[in-house]
Amino acid sequence: MIRERSLLEQISAVARRSAMATYRQRALLVFPMLFPLILFAINGSSLSRATEIPGFPTSSYRAFLLAMPFVQGAMFVSISAGTSLARDIETGFLNRLALTPLRSEAMLVGQLGGAFVVACVQAVVYTLVGLATGVGFASGLGGVFVLLSLSLAIAFAFACLGGLLALRLGSGEAIQGIFPLLFVTLFLSSATLPRNIIKAEWFREVATYNPVSYFLEGLRSLVIQGWNAQALELAFGFAALLAGISLALSSTAMKSRLART
Amino acid sequence: MGRVSDPAAAIEVHELVREFRKGPRAVDGIDLAVQTGEIYGFLGPNGAGKSTTVLMLTTLLPPTSGYATVGGYDIVREGARVRAAIGAALQEAALDAILTGREHLALQATLQGIPAKQRKVRAQALLERVGLAEAADRRVGGYSGGMKRRLDLALALVHEPRILFLDEPTTGLDPQSRAALWDEVARLAHDEGMTVFLTTQYLEEADALADRIGIIDRGKIVAEGTPAQLKAEIGSPSVEVRPVDANAGGRLAELLSSFGAPQQNGRGSVTVQLPGGEAELAEIVRLLDSNHLRVESLQLHQPSLDDVFLAKTGRKLEGAGDR
Repeated sequence: MIRERSLLEQISAVARRSAMATYRQRALLVFPMLFPLILFAINGSSLSRATEIPGFPTSSYRAFLLAMPFVQGAMFVSISAGTSLARDIETGFLNRLALTPLRSEAMLVGQLGGAFVVACVQAVVYTLVGLATGVGFASGLGGVFVLLSLSLAIAFAFACLGGLLALRLGSGEAIQGIFPLLFVTLFLSSATLPRNIIKAEWFREVATYNPVSYFLEGLRSLVIQGWNAQALELAFGFAALLAGISLALSSTAMKSRLART
Repeated sequence: MGRVSDPAAAIEVHELVREFRKGPRAVDGIDLAVQTGEIYGFLGPNGAGKSTTVLMLTTLLPPTSGYATVGGYDIVREGARVRAAIGAALQEAALDAILTGREHLALQATLQGIPAKQRKVRAQALLERVGLAEAADRRVGGYSGGMKRRLDLALALVHEPRILFLDEPTTGLDPQSRAALWDEVARLAHDEGMTVFLTTQYLEEADALADRIGIIDRGKIVAEGTPAQLKAEIGSPSVEVRPVDANAGGRLAELLSSFGAPQQNGRGSVTVQLPGGEAELAEIVRLLDSNHLRVESLQLHQPSLDDVFLAKTGRKLEGAGDR
């Protein structure tokens, strides 16, 4: 007796395949995780005197900087999610899935399963690295769980963006070509300095309008401030907004990409 | 709505058209009917419209106009029902190199809604049937082209479809893999009563496998019938004579003109149709002998599907010589 699977069962089946494929390609896990850590090590030591600037919110630059690898890692997740979906489009695997009773929402969300694995591993590793390098969490143990949840929400939002790019562009190379642009948004944010002490007015303006600043500030607040409701609301809010817009556009793009009747 | 008028027809197509933006009509108003349990060979060169037709019939591409039913269901209005009735192995074996053959089957079985208890049994049975039991737990990235095609076929059969679409299933395969796949396709149709819609650009594949053949060229079906019927339409066999002296082609053509319109092929070789059949061969030999024209070779050609294609389109079937 054959019966159509529920949406959750369908998502779980596709996500399992995506996660397994990611797990088996260790390079997809290790290198995107290492790069933010290398930058964390370099910036953490070379910019440590930034804490002497009047108004700097903490005496530990590493504690201030710890949010950066989380967001950088989330950006890498978008590339990982996007390229694997683009590969499925290019190889025709998406058409194979389209011939089954799989719903397009399940196809889309399930495809992000691999990205979720990467995001989980990254979040835990960055937290442990923070602890190992002497970073304390002002919000305590509960804050660590919120930090992990927020970092997964941000990674999910970026993964949705990667999925959207894959569906619109249909090419892994094109997605990788776009990545440097995404990376620029990190450096035009409050990644290395708090917005209130950025001297260049244009930079401060750009950082204020850049949602990446709010991702960083939400994560950072848990490390250096304790519980800052506004920072957390903004971070979760922008993550939900990015994910929501990307998913809505992806859903339309998926329908036109599949075009099945 | 959507039930076909002919209950025996597994696939019915009426005036099906697919136009792409800024391109010609890839499929230009085709009509065809495939009976239940039949192997229908859809033969044509690259770019003729074969794969576009398959994409429409498998609901992956909406037609621009026209009407078609597959398994009794309208391909536009009842896409989900069509997909439940069919299995398809499309042009490229779309597999994930990172997964094993067994994992592919497990995923496909899950998505097709096969109960968990039956999945393993079904997967193992299919792996054995296509000869991949030993390689089942190896990653597909290490499979040969033939193994990928066989896995592709197994995946298309997971939910026991009534109708199977195979889009150029043997392209790039070695002769052994090709023969094994032909055997399996023939078995599915003849032993299990499965309807098979098979596209190919290879004449011998259509000739060996198909109960009926539709020849498509530039989006239109130019001929349809059993292989025997199509060849019979061409009629008489032809003979190709190659003289020892390559310069004697003109004289040879003149002598053979009493049998029909001679066609000079180069290097002195001349071909002529034999309206009277093979019996005229003896007369040709006598004629050449009496005129002291020494012959290097003399070959009798029975009509082939290539001749049918040539007669219907004025061109040789591309790629036919590749095999």
